[in-house]
Amino acid sequence: MEKVGDYDELVNLKATELRLGLPGTEETVSCGKSNKRALPDDDTEKEIESTGKTETASPPKAQIVGWPPVRSYRRNSIQTKKNESEGQGNYVKVSMDGAPYLRKIDLTVYKKYPELMKSLENMFKFSVGEYFEREGYKGSDFVPTYEDKDGDWMLVGDVPWEMFVSSCKRLRIMKGSEVKGLGCGV
Amino acid sequence: MALRLPSKVLKHILSFIDSNEDRNSVSLVCKSWFETERKTRKRVFVGNCYAVTPAAVARRFPEMRSLTLKGKPHFADYNLVPDGWGGYACPWIEAMAAKSPSLEEIRLKRMVVTDECLERIAASFKDFKVLVLTSCEGFSTDGIAAIASTCRNLRVLELRECIVEDLGGDWLSYFPETSTSLVSLDFSCLDSEVKISDLERLVSRSPNLKSLKLNPAVTLDGLVSILRRAPQLTELGTGSFAAELKPEAFTKLSKAFSNCKQLQSLSGLWDVLPEYLPALYSVCPGLTSLNLSYATVRMPDLVELLRRCSKLQKLWVMDLIEDKGLEAVASYCKELRELRVFPSEPDLDATNIPVTEQGLVYVSKGCRKLESVLYFCVQFTNAALITIARKRPNLKCFRLCVIEPFAPDYKTNEPLDKGFKAIAEGCKDLRRLSVSGLLSDKAFKYIGKHAKKVRMLSIAFAGDSDLMLHHLLSGCQSLKKLEIRDCPFGDTALLENAAKLETMRSLWMSSCFVSFGACKLLSQKMPRLNVEVIDEHPPKTRPESSPVERIYIYRTVAGPRMDTPEFVWTLHKNPEIGVSKLAIK
Repeated sequence: MEKVGDYDELVNLKATELRLGLPGTEETVSCGKSNKRALPDDDTEKEIESTGKTETASPPKAQIVGWPPVRSYRRNSIQTKKNESEGQGNYVKVSMDGAPYLRKIDLTVYKKYPELMKSLENMFKFSVGEYFEREGYKGSDFVPTYEDKDGDWMLVGDVPWEMFVSSCKRLRIMKGSEVKGLGCGV
Repeated sequence: MALRLPSKVLKHILSFIDSNEDRNSVSLVCKSWFETERKTRKRVFVGNCYAVTPAAVARRFPEMRSLTLKGKPHFADYNLVPDGWGGYACPWIEAMAAKSPSLEEIRLKRMVVTDECLERIAASFKDFKVLVLTSCEGFSTDGIAAIASTCRNLRVLELRECIVEDLGGDWLSYFPETSTSLVSLDFSCLDSEVKISDLERLVSRSPNLKSLKLNPAVTLDGLVSILRRAPQLTELGTGSFAAELKPEAFTKLSKAFSNCKQLQSLSGLWDVLPEYLPALYSVCPGLTSLNLSYATVRMPDLVELLRRCSKLQKLWVMDLIEDKGLEAVASYCKELRELRVFPSEPDLDATNIPVTEQGLVYVSKGCRKLESVLYFCVQFTNAALITIARKRPNLKCFRLCVIEPFAPDYKTNEPLDKGFKAIAEGCKDLRRLSVSGLLSDKAFKYIGKHAKKVRMLSIAFAGDSDLMLHHLLSGCQSLKKLEIRDCPFGDTALLENAAKLETMRSLWMSSCFVSFGACKLLSQKMPRLNVEVIDEHPPKTRPESSPVERIYIYRTVAGPRMDTPEFVWTLHKNPEIGVSKLAIK
């Protein structure tokens, strides 16, 4: 079989100066034929699930990160168009002061503020303080704000949830002093 | 005694040599040629920003006027590189500001650029002319405003697919009030609305403007008014084409386009309603480049448009074009050199991808000048690949993405080995290759043996064993960039072929079976390589045999990186005491 012949070639190659490894170590050529990769248990949001060999007529396949290889920019454009045309989902951009990347989230996935907060905290690895109706957020340097339909910047949590989802154009997690200017419950 | 070429003469000869590959060869001839070359090089290209220090580059090329830098590995485009990995532009800008103040052009790809960085550029380079940012992130429209307002001689400002914190459309009003020297402006990736009046005035006072790419927020009305003021455009990216169809709007649009007699390239076309496409007919005969990849238009409308584009050289389109549409392209667009077919539903779940291997076969047969292909479809056959290779031996770039991982030839159920063998053997000038579908080690043996000029190779879900990697690293003479994901091999082939890695720009492997021990060993043995282990959630302890999530290896003369985030392991950060017990299994 071809592989055996190649194995012999490979063994000879091992005599070259580039043989790296401790003397006397066992040499094998193939390292597992399984195409499935056992993934460590992981609680990240973007989970990888390789489906291995094709399973026909199966339920919706788990998504594989970065596959098919379509740039995120293009994916986001298509996704937004699809959602807008199907009336599904409400994707808004989320930025955090100091973080060099933006994310997009679908507000319709959440039912209330605490869920949204938790998701943002996970996404950007920060924690938001406690929300007080009059004083806004306390206990953290980070404050979640959003831009509404009229172009005004508001504190997340000031308006009832449904109103927020329908009027929020984008989110910005502000840091520190900039926040003081924002009124509460305006 | 050997005749020496006087340096003045050499200098004069070099003034005709632009290609950096040639200049690199010239600089290797002898010391004096090295000196003359380096003092005359104006355009500097650094393919990996961590391969060399900014100071070294500035020192070597005192006459540098143009700098091109690339940062993150290519797979960052597909979310395989965690945020915060690196690729910061700042240290480069700082160094150039200090040592190369005559710099006029900066082109960055996949780098993190901050507003401070942009402000530094604006403040430091008196005659700054060109800024092109591709797939960059980390800055806001404030940074863009700084460039617009301060760089009085700005000719080119292009933001290509960047992630920008969009603080509003004001940045556009920061361009100088007097006439500008703008030749190209691309803000297609920005979200917010710009004031049409600002845009109109800018265009009116930019007599040299040839290329303009608008963002989706610009409406059809806006587009018409811009075109009226800039009929000299050769490249246009429209805004959103979605608008209620009104006869007057259509007539105005038609007329505006028909006045653009020099238009060669058209893109944008987001949300284009098929009813508006006829407004473009007048420019079709002159088009050499058409990007319809955001146009969700069906095949019949696409064909109506494309059959008028007899001079088309570059076509980007979605799979909505169907095989039939590609058959039409094959018969009408005889000048086609580059074809990209993107998936309209980029999911594994996608049920109805309307292009098959047949579409690509049509184009390969009909378009004799075809040399670059990017094609997404669900399945393929060896027969199709063999035909494509036979018909188009002049292919330089062949990227096939069979969306179904491990999909065999659906007619014979065999791996696609024979097909890719034909491509590797037949297309002798192939420079870039991406493979997919079910592939055994054999396929890579063929590729290793025959693909002599391939410089960049991308592989996913393929191979059976370490042999695959071994074939590639011991073959592929011109290999510079290799990126691999989800393939079942690791240590042995990697360590066997370590020396090869110094002849390449970089190697990326993710979700393979490379052990931590092998990474350490490679790091220790190869000091001129940076070996980075990137585990998004690094475990507290790492046994030698534990597989790493991602490994990124690149040659460098800059030494270890000092700006790695927590989740990147390098030997430098973690010096080991001796080589621990290592079993290469």
